[in-house]
Amino acid sequence: MKKISKIYMALLLMFLYVPIFVLIVFSFNTTKSRTVFEGFTFDWYVRLFQNELILTSLRNTVIISVAAATLSTILGTAAAIGINNMKKFPKAVVMNINNLPIINPEIVTGVSLMLLFVFFAARMNFNFGFGTLIIAHITFDVPYVILNVMPKFRQMNPNLYEAAQDLGCNSFKAFIKVVLPEIMPGIVSGFLMSFTFSLDDFVVSYFTSGATSQTLPITIYSMTRRKVSPEINALSTIIFLVVVVVLIVKNIIENRSVKEEVR
Amino acid sequence: MKKTLISSPYIVWMIVFIVVPMAMVAYFAFTDGNGNFTLEYITEVGQYSNIFVRSIWLAAIATVICLVVAYPVAFILATMNKRHQSTMLMIVMLPMWMNFLLRTYAWMTLLGNNGIINTVLGYFGLGPYKMLNTQGAVVLGMVYNYLPYMILPLYSVMVKIDKSLLEAAQDLGCNSKKVLFKVVLPLSLPGVTSGITMVFVPAISTFIISRMLGGGSNLLIGDLIEMQFLGNSYNPNLGAGISLVLMVIVLLIMTIMNQFDSDDEDRVLI
Repeated sequence: MKKISKIYMALLLMFLYVPIFVLIVFSFNTTKSRTVFEGFTFDWYVRLFQNELILTSLRNTVIISVAAATLSTILGTAAAIGINNMKKFPKAVVMNINNLPIINPEIVTGVSLMLLFVFFAARMNFNFGFGTLIIAHITFDVPYVILNVMPKFRQMNPNLYEAAQDLGCNSFKAFIKVVLPEIMPGIVSGFLMSFTFSLDDFVVSYFTSGATSQTLPITIYSMTRRKVSPEINALSTIIFLVVVVVLIVKNIIENRSVKEEVR
Repeated sequence: MKKTLISSPYIVWMIVFIVVPMAMVAYFAFTDGNGNFTLEYITEVGQYSNIFVRSIWLAAIATVICLVVAYPVAFILATMNKRHQSTMLMIVMLPMWMNFLLRTYAWMTLLGNNGIINTVLGYFGLGPYKMLNTQGAVVLGMVYNYLPYMILPLYSVMVKIDKSLLEAAQDLGCNSKKVLFKVVLPLSLPGVTSGITMVFVPAISTFIISRMLGGGSNLLIGDLIEMQFLGNSYNPNLGAGISLVLMVIVLLIMTIMNQFDSDDEDRVLI
């Protein structure tokens, strides 16, 4: 039985990783061939870093993700505090609307925002670009911040806040000193989730970006539509390495905090 | 204490950027270019019923394959030695963190007529087989991209199953097959239903996978919507109509799935 499950996992990992490793291997190929490895080179990496379009879209992606994740975290945390204090019925209404962008197919969210922006762009004289992209990203990020922060209130002891006030804190100080540290893990994971979703988003950005504000996923898409270029392979390799490093670091940090809790 | 006031900025945001856009989709779907009420576009959606059927069919096949492949994976992960569990889970989930366009692009290079698979088969005197630009390639792309969405909810439900229940069932005379069907399967049902929704919804509404791996001849609902907004046949009214129908299909699937799990607390959200 043990043996069968090992073979099964090995097959699964092969299925998951072979395509990625093929991409990586051919990023070092001297020719554009995608089947025959003809020699080793770093040329495609050099070209990648000289490609103006890719570098600009990478910069755009980072700016938009940082801005959207930061604003979403602030907006979402404030919203979660308020929603938590709502009565049952308004709370249910707000949470249901909040879940809409999560439940809805991404393409519908993208299309609906595009309709809104087209409508107002004509009347208020603005263009699609950073503004529309950041608004769109905040719209699909905040629901995740709220979903991360809300459970922290439920886990918190409600008497702590009152105890702080009894001991002489005003409500603002009690919030900063008592409530905020309790919900902090939720805020942090909400921020990280927003940031990764924004970095990775293609569908919603595709419908809400202008010609001058392409994000990296949109540039990747247009690259795959045009003729084959091993620059994509080089880019994939770099992204894969970044992902591996980030996940390993995350794992180490988590393991360490688990160990500290045990102590 | 007026603490609810602090959520008002987001309430306003929600109304402007979630509720109003949705209302606009509905408005565009039921009006013509001049703003007059019409059912023309909703009925026109009927002309594309073959695309709807194909999308539902391919997404359903992909969902079933994901379930069949992911179930043993989740079980193996959940019953694994605790020390290796988190590392193994990370290794299984890692490809999901790559942008899905790159993952799909990887399959383009593998499946092509001059691709690696056909080249390798060629050494054995087989093929070349036409694999790219087929429906099979689209299903493969969906499975490859959305498999983690099936593994994760299944795993998180299974890891919570009390191991002593399995031992108790064995003590009471169940063989391992019976333990699976009488104990593990019923207890993992909430994971199955949320996994099905998490795979089916993105699969039915995708427009990139079908375009990259299916060529021009395997259009899905997503492609159809995209064409009405950014493609050559600019027609936002029809596009809104199709989007509305897609939303109804998705809501229907989710309602059906929710019927199966009574335990709302255990629902796994992405």
